[in-house]
Amino acid sequence: MRPVIGGRLLVVGYWWLVVEQYQLGRDNVLDIRNLQARVAGNDILKGITLTVNAGEVHAVMGPNGSGKSTLAQVLAGNPVYEVTGGTVTFDGRDLLALQPEERAQAGVFMAFQYPVEIPGVSNAYFLRSAYNELRKARGQDEVDPLEFLDIMEKNLTLVDMDPAMLNRSVNAGFSGGEKKRNEILQMAVLRPRLAILDETDSGLDIDALRVVADGVNTLRRPDNAAIVVTHYQRLLNHIVPDFVHVLSAGRIVKSGGKELALELEEKGYDWLEAPAEALA
Amino acid sequence: MSSSIETLVNREYKFGFVTDIEADTIPPGLGEDTVRAIALKKREPEWLVDWRLKAYRRWVTMREPHWGNVRYDPIDYESQVYYSAPKTAKPIGSLDEVDPKLREAYDKLGIPLKEQQVLAGVAVDAVFDSVSVGTSYREQLGKLGIIFCSLGEAVREHPDLVRKYLGSVVPYSDNFYASLNSAVFSDGSFVYVPPGVHCPMELSTYFRINAANTGQFERTLIIADEGAYVSYLEGCTAPKRDTHQLHAAVVEIIALANATVKYSTVQNWYSGDEEGRGGIFNFVTKRGKCAGANSKISWTQVETGSAITWKYPSVILQGDNSVGEFYSVAVVNHHQQADTGTKMLHLGRNTRSTIVSKGISAGQGNNSYRGRVYVGPKAAGARNYTQCDSMLIGNRCGAHTFPYIEVANDTAQVEHEASTSKIGEDQIFYLQQRGISKENAVSMIVAGFCKDVFKELPMEFALEAQQLLGITLEGSVG
Ligand SMILES: Nc1ncnc2c1ncn2[C@@H]1O[C@H](COP(=O)(O)OP(=O)(O)OP(=O)(O)O)[C@@H](O)[C@H]1O
Ligand SMILES: [Mg+2]
Repeated sequence: MRPVIGGRLLVVGYWWLVVEQYQLGRDNVLDIRNLQARVAGNDILKGITLTVNAGEVHAVMGPNGSGKSTLAQVLAGNPVYEVTGGTVTFDGRDLLALQPEERAQAGVFMAFQYPVEIPGVSNAYFLRSAYNELRKARGQDEVDPLEFLDIMEKNLTLVDMDPAMLNRSVNAGFSGGEKKRNEILQMAVLRPRLAILDETDSGLDIDALRVVADGVNTLRRPDNAAIVVTHYQRLLNHIVPDFVHVLSAGRIVKSGGKELALELEEKGYDWLEAPAEALA
Repeated sequence: MSSSIETLVNREYKFGFVTDIEADTIPPGLGEDTVRAIALKKREPEWLVDWRLKAYRRWVTMREPHWGNVRYDPIDYESQVYYSAPKTAKPIGSLDEVDPKLREAYDKLGIPLKEQQVLAGVAVDAVFDSVSVGTSYREQLGKLGIIFCSLGEAVREHPDLVRKYLGSVVPYSDNFYASLNSAVFSDGSFVYVPPGVHCPMELSTYFRINAANTGQFERTLIIADEGAYVSYLEGCTAPKRDTHQLHAAVVEIIALANATVKYSTVQNWYSGDEEGRGGIFNFVTKRGKCAGANSKISWTQVETGSAITWKYPSVILQGDNSVGEFYSVAVVNHHQQADTGTKMLHLGRNTRSTIVSKGISAGQGNNSYRGRVYVGPKAAGARNYTQCDSMLIGNRCGAHTFPYIEVANDTAQVEHEASTSKIGEDQIFYLQQRGISKENAVSMIVAGFCKDVFKELPMEFALEAQQLLGITLEGSVG
C-alpha cells in the first residue's frame, strides 16, 4: 500500500509545480496559502487557499458568518483580526507584513460591507488625500484641488453620483445605497490592482446595482483583478466572474466557474458538505 | 487597544528650546517692594503704581481658587520670579534693533517677525518673557489711527485711554489670579481702533516664556470704538522645563456700539513630560464687554498646551442686540488637565450668544467644560445656544461637562446640547485602507470633529493650528 500512496503524492506534487509556473506566467496578483485567522478568541478562517491572477474576477459566496468579510478584512490588514497561520503574497510581496496603508498604497482596495462615517471630514478632501497618498507612494507629485476636480468629474459620471456629495462629510448621513456608491467612486478614483468588494450589492436598488456593476466592469482590465463577495447571483449577471468559490465555516468548500453561482442560487448551500464535518 | 493611537498623539514638543540671552531679572518673591520694583523698571506713573498696590493688597487677602476640576501641588508664590526682561541697552524702536538671538528664537518658533513675513499682512507684537520686543507694521496702522503697541508703551503714550479702560472689564479685585496679574503684570499688548475703522489686517501677539522660574503675567487691553472692527491673534510657547511655571494673564476687550472684536488664540505652552513633570500652569482671565448696542465679541481658542489650563473667556452682553461667541478646542494628553469654558452674561435686550466647545482627551488627560449662561431680568428676547462635544482617545482619559444656566427673564431661549464619543478604530482603519497613515487618519478625524471651531479661525491661524495639532485642516475646514 505505502509505495502506492507515495507515488500518488508525488504526482500531486508535480501538478502543483506545473500549476504554479503556469500561474506565475499569467501574472499572479494574489496568492493565499492556508490562511488562518481568528477574532475575539474564535478561529474564523481555517485554512484558505486561493490564487488570483491579473484579469480575473473571483466571486466569493457562502452563508452568513462563514468568514467572507473576515477574509476581506484580513487581506486589507484590519488589526482586529489576528492571522494565526498561512501566507499571503501580493505581487510577489509578503502582504501580511505590510501596514494597512502600505497595502492600500501597493494597490489593495477593499469596498467595505459597512462603510464608516467620518463627521466633519469632507468627502472631496478625504478622496484627494487618499489619491495623493497613493501617488506619493509611487513617487508621483501630489495633485492640487483643481486638478483633482477634473479627475473627480469623470469618475462621478461613472458612478452617476451628484457632485454635491463631495462636499458632504464622508458617508455621514448617506443612505445605504449612497454609501455603497461612494465606495465604488473611491475604487474608481484609486484604480487598485486588486479590488475586494464586500457585498457592495447588498441594499442596492436595481438601478444602483447596474451602476455598481458598470463601474466594476469599466475598471476591469487585463492588469487588475477583483474579489467580489456577494450573496446574489443577480450581481454576477452583471459582473461575470471567472471563478466562484463557496466559503463555509472558514474554508473554501467548492470552487467552480460562473455556473456554480447559478447552481447555488437554485439549491442553496445545504447540499455542500462543510469540510469540518467531512473530515471529522 | 488604543495604545497605538495614543503614541500618535504623543508627539515631541517642538518649541522646548531655551534661548541663551542675558536677562534683567528681579529676585524671586512677592511683596509690595516687588510691585514697586516692577513699576520702577517700567517708569510707570503714580496712578498705575497705586492701582498695582491696591491689587496686591487685595490679593494677599484672597485664597487660591480650587473649584476647578484640576489637581496640583500648592504653588509657592515666593519662589517665582515676577519680572524678567531680555537685557537691551535701550528701548526698542524698530525690528532691526531686536537682539539677533531673540530674532533667532522667534524664527525657530515660526513667528513672522521678519519684514517679508510682516508684509504678508500680519502685524506682530512679541512678548518675550515679560517685555514686548517689537511691534511691526505700526506705521501703516498709525495712518488709520489704529494704536497697536505694548501696554507699557501705551501707558506712556496714551495714558488717558489706558487709564479709562484698564480694569474696566476685569477689575483688580476680580479673582485671585487677576488680582495677582494686576499687581505684577509686566507687559502685554494694547490695541485701540478708532470709530468706524475696519482694521485691515490681523493683529498678532506671540508670548514666550524663556527664563526659568519666571511667571508670565501679561495683560492685554483691546478697545474697539464705535463701529470699529478688529481681529486679534494670540500665540504662545515656552521652553521645556522640569518645574511648573505660572502664567496668569488678563485680557480685557471693550466693544462700543456697532463694534466687532474677534479674538483668536492658539495656546501651545509647554505641557509637561509624559509623567506630568513640568509644564505651564495657565491660569488666565479673559473677558470682553459688549458695552454698546449691536456690538460683537467672538472668542476662538485652540488650547493644546499647558500642564493645567484654567480659563473662561467670557462676554458681558450689556448693549442691546449684542452678540457673544465662544468657539473652543481643548486637547489634553499625558497628564494635562484643562478646565475651560466660558461665561455669557446676558444683560441687554435681544442679546445672543453661541458656545461651541470641542474637548479632546488622550493619554491620562482630563478635560472639563465649564460654562455659565446667565440671562438677567432685563434681557428680554435673549438667546443662547450651547454645543459641547467631547472625544476620547484611549480609555484612561476623562471628559466632564459642567454647565450652569441661570435665567431671570422668561422670554429668553437657552439651548444646550452635549455629546461624548470615542475615536473609532473602525474610522482609523477605514482611512488607512485608503492609503492614509494612521497618524494622518487620527489628525483627520480630530480635525473633522473640530471643524465647527477651526472654521472660525482666521486663515493665517488655521495654518498655525494645523502645525500645532499636527492636523491637516485644508479642505476639512470651512
Ligand atoms: N470584529 C469581530 N468581533 C467578533 N466576532 C467577529 C468579528 N468579525 C467577525 N466575527 C465573527 O466571525 C464570523 C465570520 O464573520 P464574517 O463577518 O466574516 O462573516 P460573513 O461571511 O461576512 O457573513 P455575512 O454574509 O453575514 O456578511 C462570525 O461568526 C462573526 O460573528
Ligand atoms: Mg460579510
